[in-house]
Amino acid sequence: MDKQKYFPIIGLEVHVELKTNSKMFCSCSADYFGQKPNTHTCPVCLGLPGALPVPNKQAIEWCIMIAQALNSKINQFSKFDRKNYFYPDLDKGFQTSQYDLPFGERGWIMLKNGNKIGITRVHMEEDTGKLIHEEIAGESVSLIDFNRSSVPLVEIVTEPDFHSAEDVIEYLKALQTTIRYLDVSNADMEKGNMRLEPNISLQIEGKTGLPNYKVEVKNINSFRFVDKSITFELKRQEEILNAGKTPVQETRGWNEFKNATVSQRIKEEANDYRYFPEPDIPPIIFTPEKIAQIKAKLPELQPAKQARFVSEYKLTDYDAEILTREKAMADYFEETAKLGHEYKVTPKQIANMIINSKINIETILPAEIVKKIVESNRVETVDEAELNKIIASVLSANPKAVEDYKAGKETVIMFLVGQVMRQIGKKVDAQMVKTALIASLSK
Amino acid sequence: MEYTNNKESCAIGNMNLRDLTILDAKEGLKNKQFSAVELTQAALDQIKLQDKNLNAFITVTEKEALESAKHADTLIAQGVDLALLGIPIALKDLFSTKGIRTTAASNVLDDYIPQFDATVVTKLKSAGAIIVGKTNCDAWAHGSSGENSDFGPAKNPYNLEYVPGGSSSGSPVAVAAGMSLMATGTDTGGSIRLPASFCNVVGLKPTYGRVSRYGIVAMASSLDSIGHFTKTVADNALVLGVTAGQDPLDATTPNRDVPDYSRFLKQDLKGIKIGVPKEYYAQGLDKKMQKLAENALGVLKSRGATVIDITLPYSQSAIAVYYIIQTAEVSSNLARYDSIRYGNDRSYFGEEAKRRIMLGTYVLSAGYYDAYYKKAQQVRTLIVDDFKKAFEQVDAIVAPVSPTSPWKIGAKTDDPLAMYLSDIFTVTANIAGLPGLSVPAGFIDGLPSGIQILGPHFSEEKLYHIGHAYEQETQFWKEAPQV
Repeated sequence: MDKQKYFPIIGLEVHVELKTNSKMFCSCSADYFGQKPNTHTCPVCLGLPGALPVPNKQAIEWCIMIAQALNSKINQFSKFDRKNYFYPDLDKGFQTSQYDLPFGERGWIMLKNGNKIGITRVHMEEDTGKLIHEEIAGESVSLIDFNRSSVPLVEIVTEPDFHSAEDVIEYLKALQTTIRYLDVSNADMEKGNMRLEPNISLQIEGKTGLPNYKVEVKNINSFRFVDKSITFELKRQEEILNAGKTPVQETRGWNEFKNATVSQRIKEEANDYRYFPEPDIPPIIFTPEKIAQIKAKLPELQPAKQARFVSEYKLTDYDAEILTREKAMADYFEETAKLGHEYKVTPKQIANMIINSKINIETILPAEIVKKIVESNRVETVDEAELNKIIASVLSANPKAVEDYKAGKETVIMFLVGQVMRQIGKKVDAQMVKTALIASLSK
Repeated sequence: MEYTNNKESCAIGNMNLRDLTILDAKEGLKNKQFSAVELTQAALDQIKLQDKNLNAFITVTEKEALESAKHADTLIAQGVDLALLGIPIALKDLFSTKGIRTTAASNVLDDYIPQFDATVVTKLKSAGAIIVGKTNCDAWAHGSSGENSDFGPAKNPYNLEYVPGGSSSGSPVAVAAGMSLMATGTDTGGSIRLPASFCNVVGLKPTYGRVSRYGIVAMASSLDSIGHFTKTVADNALVLGVTAGQDPLDATTPNRDVPDYSRFLKQDLKGIKIGVPKEYYAQGLDKKMQKLAENALGVLKSRGATVIDITLPYSQSAIAVYYIIQTAEVSSNLARYDSIRYGNDRSYFGEEAKRRIMLGTYVLSAGYYDAYYKKAQQVRTLIVDDFKKAFEQVDAIVAPVSPTSPWKIGAKTDDPLAMYLSDIFTVTANIAGLPGLSVPAGFIDGLPSGIQILGPHFSEEKLYHIGHAYEQETQFWKEAPQV
């Protein structure tokens, strides 16, 4: 019997940590990275008796901006819910999250290949503390750092619309770019600002609907591992399916040392988180006007900016894409183009210079770029007698080339142009040199 | 002036502490009849004298109290005038107090010392109040009698064999017995009004959100109201002026002005329409209690009020709704007590806490959520609507606080359901978030009972108006306990 053919079905959960000044439900600093453990804490984010959460308005607004940037519908009536589960890094015994009424729903991102990735929901929640397992004085201990506890997180959940690791990577890059454009998170995977959990399964070619299992993969903390872990997992599942079995529904973790996913927790059925509305936070109600007001704050996003660069600056799609990957670069280009306009430097020249010379926008001022291009544009003049003298000397020094040219090998002319220009020692118009050379050669 | 300390009760000046109101004490302090230190010392002496029998306090903060009193005397000498300057008060042991052990009357927290003050504690301290101690209660505020305390039950000062009511059991005892002039409480299903009724003191359950919950050990977050016990309605109004108001640390406190409640203490009730819900005067109501309530309505009428029969048809579902929503929230709120950061481990939870954790976990579980929690929330809306309709007809509702007068210690401890049913008249106000004021209404077989006055959201001034007029006529509070 022939082997069955399968195709991947992948859905993504992405957590983005917002870079608000304060935490989600208290006024502690949210900037925990590299800080001394348990120094950014208070009764609220330590879950002390009687402490109450007060939602961070900035974080909610940013969550809505993310949802809007991802073309989501914003719910006018939202609320927070408690997700109850026990874990030592979860100080309250529940995570304040959103369940049935997230801030944003039903959005999408369009990939270059035309695949539209549906975004199920965009919701707001809080991060947990961090467990650190160490050996102290010969004893294995688990320590908890609550600096990260209650740092605002936005969770973005997609439909199971991905069918390849490449699509996943493109989506993630687009998402990262969008979030950086919004300037609401560093979205740095290595630092854990952006965390990704794919749900991966394989479906038989020709079949529709979802397979009867899925595997969630955690611990993917860099773009490099996205492709590796998905590819590994798809192959692992295919082998199981080929053996006539069904992969176990479970959570696996990417192990970068083993280059493999490793089973972490078997999920036989959905966890019972006993969600219920968070009684400490009143429902959050937005008028359509307020939603429009927030939308008006959205900056021009990458796809729009790329399209504008093509139409406004006559750049190629390729150049426009490179220049708009990061907003700072795009802004730098536009500033330089504006300045260049005064000096008759074209946007295309500027784009080439920035891209080809790998300009460091932190250290080189736009004016310096314009100056360089202006200089390279400037054409020196050369005295005609002087030019003829040099041409004569070059022709006599290169008899073979002259012979080849006369024999019809006209491309050799460029060699001679180069020789002449080198002797002139100044930047002169090559076309003018070429014309003069041809004239001499045809005498 | 000297204070005297006879065998039965301490006195200051010519006033026995059991009879001293906050307004009296303020007058005495102002006229230099006694100092804040003398007054505080008298309260501490009263605790020493009485509390062996009453068990109203879990922790007495003698040293801190005397230091604060000294400071209060300095301020008084400087002519500073604060609402509660130099007044000895007690706090239910659910209120976080910085540096002072806060147990929630549970062994789980028997050595927990908060790093911060609850907002209400900060406000009371800023108003000059002197904290003499932390009062006993049912552990985690779970109970109607005070018997669920891991520190032993508080006793009814009118008869030591009887319960003082709960869950805020020690606070009304402290006020009735003159061990403090005010004591705080929390009311999630009647936990202020019931013990106030059983101890012959005035107890306010404010509108949900009127007083900040920040720093107070949570029982059921959507039902918890933060209130207080005093001897008189006037004292009570004074204290609410201190504790009420928006708190940036509690998202459920609205931005709403705090009126000067003392301005609403009037003598007559002309034009006031009082609703009498027939469901509260039906089966299950003790005959003597019914008589007591009818007498109260007579007094209200004599002061000019009109009494109107009303109906609150969904009241019959209130206990069921309450024990679903409350246990659901309890199960989640108690999850943090894992002994990792503070406190003892879960084996220290008592029977009642475990019962509520199990019930609450069950009603929130997948497959049961719709049948229980969701249904309860729907009925909750109907109960809210009941009251809305009622308050279109009347200014306030008057009803007994409890179907019976205080019971003997131990009488209901083996029957949790019987204990739960003692909240039947009080839980509705919590479900609907309404304010309720319990005012002494007389004695049944030598034990006190109160009536409750319920009003629309943020109508505390109206409750004080009615309560004060009623109190002027009855003066039951003056029947101090003689233990």
